Amino acid sequence: MSDKSKVVKFEEIALPHLGAAYNLARWLVHNEPDAEDIVQEAYLRAFKFFKGYYGGDSRTWLLTIVRNTCYTWLQRNRLLRLTDPLDDKLDEPGMEVPDPEMLLMQRLDSEIVRHALQELPVDFREVVVLREMEGLSYKEIANVVDIPIGTVMSRLKRGRARLHALLASRMGKEAGVGLSTNA
Amino acid sequence: MGCQQTHNLIHGYLDGELDLMNSLEIEAHLKDCRACAQTYKGIRDLQSAVGNSALRFDPPANLERRLRAAVRTESTPDPQPSMIRWRWLVAGISLLAVVAVIWIAAAMLTRESPGDVLAQEIVSSHVRSLMADHLTDVPSSDRHTVKPWFDGKLDFSPPVKDLSQQGFSLNGGRLDYIGNRPVAALVYQRGRHSINLFVWPSNKAATSERMSVSQGYNVIRWSNAGMAYWVVSDLNLAELQQFVELLKEQSQARM
Repeated sequence: MSDKSKVVKFEEIALPHLGAAYNLARWLVHNEPDAEDIVQEAYLRAFKFFKGYYGGDSRTWLLTIVRNTCYTWLQRNRLLRLTDPLDDKLDEPGMEVPDPEMLLMQRLDSEIVRHALQELPVDFREVVVLREMEGLSYKEIANVVDIPIGTVMSRLKRGRARLHALLASRMGKEAGVGLSTNA
Repeated sequence: MGCQQTHNLIHGYLDGELDLMNSLEIEAHLKDCRACAQTYKGIRDLQSAVGNSALRFDPPANLERRLRAAVRTESTPDPQPSMIRWRWLVAGISLLAVVAVIWIAAAMLTRESPGDVLAQEIVSSHVRSLMADHLTDVPSSDRHTVKPWFDGKLDFSPPVKDLSQQGFSLNGGRLDYIGNRPVAALVYQRGRHSINLFVWPSNKAATSERMSVSQGYNVIRWSNAGMAYWVVSDLNLAELQQFVELLKEQSQARM
């Protein structure tokens, strides 16, 4: 492949996913200039390893690189706060408590939702963003985050329960009993 | 399905990751159980609150330009000074060309062939069956149990072959829904690998096997004697081909 056709081919494959790439980076690092730098670094990395891309799902491929670049950046800036693995094993009763308050969710101000989502630990935040905003399947999320599909399912479940608890407390109301234990 | 199991599977259900039988059971349970129905609605509301496009961050307008420039700098050695002006012209033209190419490529990509869509569906169904631990509706290694089980559930009778002698044991059958119709899924086991064989009637002429790889799974499809067959597994291609050969041999032996 000549240099030029490699560039063209790369741009054809990678640029359509710019929206998803930027959204993910922005949600993981929380500020605009850093998200832009990370996306650029990720695209250059992707271009460098383009030879290692043998077709297949280009969005998952690119999002994996963006996500790893974000984690490197968070680590370098000592901002990486992962959920304690012990805590991760606690089973969250979470959504199992029927809660009429959930019904209010639809009418929630998107600013409140945004703040609550920002507070979510990064390992829950990323699966929620990939699932709800980018519409990735469990299998695709498992590839991007490099975890088993079963873990994708449990993180989503727990992430949603935490998110609900955060939203409930932001609304200044009592959350369900089961939810408040892990808030 | 009870409340506990519903709670375990409801996220998978809402995310469209659950197989047909479990989905139907959840739906039946949600009709009867007010508490679970409320949980369902709660999660769905949360999903739509987060999925709200207002929460998405759009890339700044100049980011795409910045990336194109960065990639080009990365790929080319420093240009000669006299060539710079010329290069800009070329860059401008190639930029236009790239936009045109992307436009055409995007138009072509969005028009997936029906085969590709089906392959996606087949692989997703395979993944779902493994994930919810719901490989079989009728767990049996006896083809005389599996075949009659489909009577009354399908408008056709799928051929069920016993290949245990050859190292592919029959684990059972399952009702599934592919390409807008109910189909038979036969589950075989080779070592630790599960194989899903999907069968449904097809009026197309017999075709030889076509192989593809989707999300890391090997997929082989063919049609024969009025039936369409799709096989999907994480088993290596050589052994999966052997499996297909055996199936075809057995069908011929019976004719």
